[in-house]
Amino acid sequence: MKNNQSNFNEHEVLHELKHFLPAQAPLKDFIHHNTLHSFQNLKFYDALHQAAKIFGFKTTLSLNDYRNLYQSGKIDTQILENIITEQKGKDELALWIDKLFNKQFDYQIDSRIGKLKANWKNNYKIDMDALVHPLLFRIVCSYLDQGIAIWNFPIEHKGFLSSIREFERMSYGSIFNSKRVRDLLLNNNCSMEHLLEILVGDETLYAQYLYDQQFAHQGWSGMVSFIEDNPNALLDTKKITLHDFIVFELLLEINALDSQYGDNWKPIKDTLKEKPSPLFAPVAVTELNEVIMLWQDAYEWTYYDQVLAGVQLGYDNNAPKTAKSFQALFCIDDRECSIRRYVELNDEKCETFGTPGFFGVEFFYQPKNGKFHTKLCPAPVTPKYLIKEINTKGNQDKDAHYSKKSHSLFQGWIISQTLGFSSAFKLAVNIFKPTMGPATTSSFKHMDKFSQLTIENKNINQREGDLQIGFTIDEMVIRVQNLLNSIGLIENFAPLVYLVGHGASSINNTHYAGYDCGACSGRPGSVNARVMSFMANHKKVREILANKGLVIPDTTQFMGVLHDTTRDEMEFYDEDLLNKTNKMFHEQNKKTFQKSLDENAKERSRRFILTNTKDTAKKVHEAVKLRSVSLFEPRPELNHATNALCIVGQRELTKHLFLDRRSFLNSYDYKIDLDGTFLTNILKPIGPVCGGINLEYYFSRVDNQKLGAGTKLPHNVMGLIGVANGIDGDLRPGLPSQMIEVHDPIRMLVIVEHFPEIVLKAISQASETYEWYNNEWMHLVSVNPVTRKLQVFKDGQFVPYKPLKTNLELAPNLNNLVESTEENFPVYLFNN
Amino acid sequence: MEKIIQLFILIPLLGFIISLIIPRQNERLISLTAFTSVGVNFIGFVVFVIYWLFNGFPILNLKEILIYKTTNYEFLLDFYFDKITVVYLFVGSFLTFLVTIYSRYYLHREHGYKRFFNTILFFYVGYSITVLSGNFETLFLGWEILGISSFLLISFYRERYLPVKNAIKVFSIYRIGDVGILLAMWMSHHLWHENITFLKLNNYELVHEHLQNHSWIGVFISLMILISAAAKSAQFPFSSWLPRAMEGPTPSSAIFYGSLSVHIGVFLLLRTFPFWEYQYSVRVIIGVLGLITAIMGSLTARVQSSVKSQVAYASLAQIGLIFIEVAAGFETLALIHFAGNAFLRTYQLLVSPSVVSYLIREQFYNFTPRVHSSKFALPKRLQYTIYMLSLKEWNLDWFVYQFIWMPIKLVGRKMKFLNFKAALVLFTLILIGAIGALQNEAAIPVEVHRFLPEVIGLFGLLLVAKSFAERQSVLVSWTLVLMNNIMIALAISFNEHFEYSHIVLYLSGGLIAGALGYFCFIKLKQLEKEIDLTQFYGHSYKYPRLAFLFLLACLGLSGFPITPTFIGEDLIYTHIQEHQAPLAIIVSLSFIIDGLALIRIYSRLFLGPHIKRFHDVGFRSS
Repeated sequence: MKNNQSNFNEHEVLHELKHFLPAQAPLKDFIHHNTLHSFQNLKFYDALHQAAKIFGFKTTLSLNDYRNLYQSGKIDTQILENIITEQKGKDELALWIDKLFNKQFDYQIDSRIGKLKANWKNNYKIDMDALVHPLLFRIVCSYLDQGIAIWNFPIEHKGFLSSIREFERMSYGSIFNSKRVRDLLLNNNCSMEHLLEILVGDETLYAQYLYDQQFAHQGWSGMVSFIEDNPNALLDTKKITLHDFIVFELLLEINALDSQYGDNWKPIKDTLKEKPSPLFAPVAVTELNEVIMLWQDAYEWTYYDQVLAGVQLGYDNNAPKTAKSFQALFCIDDRECSIRRYVELNDEKCETFGTPGFFGVEFFYQPKNGKFHTKLCPAPVTPKYLIKEINTKGNQDKDAHYSKKSHSLFQGWIISQTLGFSSAFKLAVNIFKPTMGPATTSSFKHMDKFSQLTIENKNINQREGDLQIGFTIDEMVIRVQNLLNSIGLIENFAPLVYLVGHGASSINNTHYAGYDCGACSGRPGSVNARVMSFMANHKKVREILANKGLVIPDTTQFMGVLHDTTRDEMEFYDEDLLNKTNKMFHEQNKKTFQKSLDENAKERSRRFILTNTKDTAKKVHEAVKLRSVSLFEPRPELNHATNALCIVGQRELTKHLFLDRRSFLNSYDYKIDLDGTFLTNILKPIGPVCGGINLEYYFSRVDNQKLGAGTKLPHNVMGLIGVANGIDGDLRPGLPSQMIEVHDPIRMLVIVEHFPEIVLKAISQASETYEWYNNEWMHLVSVNPVTRKLQVFKDGQFVPYKPLKTNLELAPNLNNLVESTEENFPVYLFNN
Repeated sequence: MEKIIQLFILIPLLGFIISLIIPRQNERLISLTAFTSVGVNFIGFVVFVIYWLFNGFPILNLKEILIYKTTNYEFLLDFYFDKITVVYLFVGSFLTFLVTIYSRYYLHREHGYKRFFNTILFFYVGYSITVLSGNFETLFLGWEILGISSFLLISFYRERYLPVKNAIKVFSIYRIGDVGILLAMWMSHHLWHENITFLKLNNYELVHEHLQNHSWIGVFISLMILISAAAKSAQFPFSSWLPRAMEGPTPSSAIFYGSLSVHIGVFLLLRTFPFWEYQYSVRVIIGVLGLITAIMGSLTARVQSSVKSQVAYASLAQIGLIFIEVAAGFETLALIHFAGNAFLRTYQLLVSPSVVSYLIREQFYNFTPRVHSSKFALPKRLQYTIYMLSLKEWNLDWFVYQFIWMPIKLVGRKMKFLNFKAALVLFTLILIGAIGALQNEAAIPVEVHRFLPEVIGLFGLLLVAKSFAERQSVLVSWTLVLMNNIMIALAISFNEHFEYSHIVLYLSGGLIAGALGYFCFIKLKQLEKEIDLTQFYGHSYKYPRLAFLFLLACLGLSGFPITPTFIGEDLIYTHIQEHQAPLAIIVSLSFIIDGLALIRIYSRLFLGPHIKRFHDVGFRSS
């Protein structure tokens, strides 16, 4: 961050620049992450202020939003006053109250980015961006294109700049109008430093110029930088570096100036009247910042306080265990929060658990006829195993309307006069009676229900490349043991244990990958559920486990399931492997699931204003299913919107609370992990996964234009890797407004059921984990499992917290409740 | 039977007016109004067509809706109904109907829901008028509505920079199309000495007789029609606007720029076919233009790496083929091709977001590492060259910028020596002098008198060019446009002797609109202090009503059919004689630039990223 250094260090500047650019993967691997990950080394609020001042992002709601939230009762007066008193002192309370409620502030944010480059416009009246961007975007998009264009970029294997050089050398025309620029490129006389010397002239300004330049189109720069670091993010891999991209842009800039002014222009330094302030100079905290921090804290704690009060009003967690009808493991995903509630309601004797939806098995998956491997585990993990789908036809539906042939002249002539008319018909049909088609993304297409998987490795020489096909018995044992221990399911097994992965369905949705399971790298969790079930059912595995003291009765069978969170449908795998009794139980349980799915769909539908929630659950469910296949539905489901909590503990900790689908739920039994070994492993991904989701929603919500993708309605698909507005806009990373509009931008509260010293020890194991909490990007509370006392993590230590609320309302009948409003609910006690 | 056809304009018009007065929050009622009016229109139309078919599909013509009449001038609305109308209206109504239902869900909760449906209905009104029109005047009315509603749809996301920029770009090309029609109208007044109806064009003897002695007039009219058609249908050299129009919500891009709007040029050619049927040179030109577009368009489509631009170029290449079909006289084929292309491209655009999952899945299962994908074995050098040219859209965008806008800007900049005060003084002097001269016209020497209209017109043109180039003061730019209007009227006054009421008619709308504009400007100045033309201010975010009023003022001043200025404009042209091509060109140019200058003022003040940052504002590149 030193850009006042006298010498320009290209390598260092590029490295830093890459760090600040958006790090969003191409569309097929949409993975949630903290949008401001580059500021994570700072305290949350400091990061917000810096990001706002340096890059011009809007990093919180606006003052008026908070005032309106207060008016509508979303911010509690008592909590607000407590927070002001705590932070500013009792004497200042009235003063700050006045500022919070009445003072008018000036809103002209003056960000630092772009100030240096603005000199072209100021001094030369040239709109550099308008001249450079369209061609730059078009060329880089053509180069990276994954299959939209019919003619690909002619040369690609040599790296971006070399390919362009070759292309330029080999064609009669030129990308550039300026001969000088063409020569610079062809004669390989285009080191970044040399070009910057032509354009800027003053070494001390180079870095700042590059920031200005790249942040004028952070979408494409971020994509290039991401692909440079993760070449496998593209199926049709491309060699590109941010360095090449910048050099090419610099060439285009010189070209623009040359073609407008010929020799008649000078580098920026010669016309610069005054050096702009350095980007990373210290940022002062303004009074408005302080006011907003107070509001945000009060907003967050108004909600947290209810939850914490609820936790304290809980049931006895030491009640004796009774026999269970079945057990079901769901993903920790907040979308599974409500379906679990319904399953438990509809069968009081069942038991549900939450665990990351890859069920502890990490591998690459290759579907039948697939040319590539798909990673099915959390993104940072690199698996060593391969699971292949076999014994299925693996056919793939086609739709001639998507054929690129219609874009060529003569075939297009015929197609438009034939298919043209059928497309009118298809359009009418889809509008009046939407159905599933080849273009629908469906979680059930991920794996054929009747296929087989190569799960067991009987000979370690069975390999493909670096990957071992399947797992050996010993490898299976470790994974089964870890999974069951981490959630505390080590005894009292029911006859049936369901492993429920999840996925989503949608059509006309460019962000479809963001709807699937985050723990499976944005894919449905069906294969993982099936693989884990196979392992846990394996005779030899059970034998070894029994020797280690983990006895799974012979009568118990595991079964893989896929829950489609958009359609609220479930698919059960390998049903014919069940024994007779279990088959009978299973039929019974399926009814429980079906009823729960209907009710869950109904609860979800309350957010869909155009769906009549007051209908019977069955009818509403049909309407909800229809959404997932309707071309005109930009909100097939609302994904993680409203997420705010992550609860790590036994189900009993929150089973009595109505949490309104706002919570990630990770099952964990402190009793079998007194030293916190499993807890360390559980908390490790909570930051990047749950925190990442939460903060991406936060930032996309507070600044949907700069940190989010804006409304998705005008989006245009660029090269199958990203979306932009129109044809010459920058890529839009972040979430579209349709995904975040009902989200309340508050940070995540992680509640862990364990003694504070153990929790502290668990988060201190890895500095990345610790940073999340210490820098306040997430809140952390420990619930003492014995006394139920609460402790909040603050400035490196746990301090006691006593909720203001001492009682919560009892939820009315659930059916009536979900029909009552589309707004967020408060936390209710719940025992119907 | 004739009487019924006007219903197909009145129903959508009624829907449009109702949709304007429904409160913004009432999504249900707004969309209900939209799809009921379009739906009723569609069903009524289908029933009527069946009835019409049973009656042996006669050509229908509904005349005599007289709007304005003086001794030797009348402004008639005229409607016409034949096979071409049926196909166009059927495709248009069907698609608009589907898309209104589609958008009802798609735009749910979108900021600007009402504005969207208002604009769609307005567009539909314009479309219906155009395809039902029976003479040039009526067609022009619809044509203008199409232009302005396109501007509004493209700049639907008016709080971002690129949609606004592109909307202005598209609007300016449309403006060229407008002038083509105006000049064609001007010449045909002189050719026919009446408001010729399309019905009469079918009369071979009549057309033949008129054209026999004025063959160059015939060619001129045909070429002007061709320019309009080419501009509207994104043909060479205007092609680059079409992909850039894809800025609004996908359904509006789908029906308007994928299908309806972009095929209107074809309609114009089909409609005027009997007129140029025997001008073989014109037919060859049309065919060649179509061919060039077809080749360039399909090559450009091949290299597009974004879905919407690919569909846009593929579509305009097909329209190039349709141009050839029309030129060759294959009317029925052209109509079938139009309908098929319109349906296909609408559908392809509507499902364009699905392309990601569909093609990635296809890639996943069928990928073969690339050898080389272009089929014909051209030498490498040639291949690369074609690729590069296609990637740069054959420099068409640059061409339009370089040869159309740069000259205007340059002229405007060259006018720097003439500061506003000097211009005002000069203007006043000319005005007083000219009015004085008009009183004693006899005293002016013939040689001087002959050039007076052109000289005054040219001064007017310079004023409006200066207005366009003005980068600072809104007031100066606005006043210059007003001054231009007066100068044009003055120029014509020297041209021919006619009633002052014509001039009054022409100026009345402009002056009222001018005053309204001043009012809005003063109001905005009170609210926001600093405003100028140096940047986009985006004030429609905070003052949508004021923005709407100011838009009305701009439209009024630019001669949009909401004030009498519109008729006045047509009138002005009838007073330019057939040998006065320079004057006609001067008037047309000032008409183009005047519209552009006004739309620019509107855009700078009210569109683009909002200058106040209490809410989120997009990047310039977004």
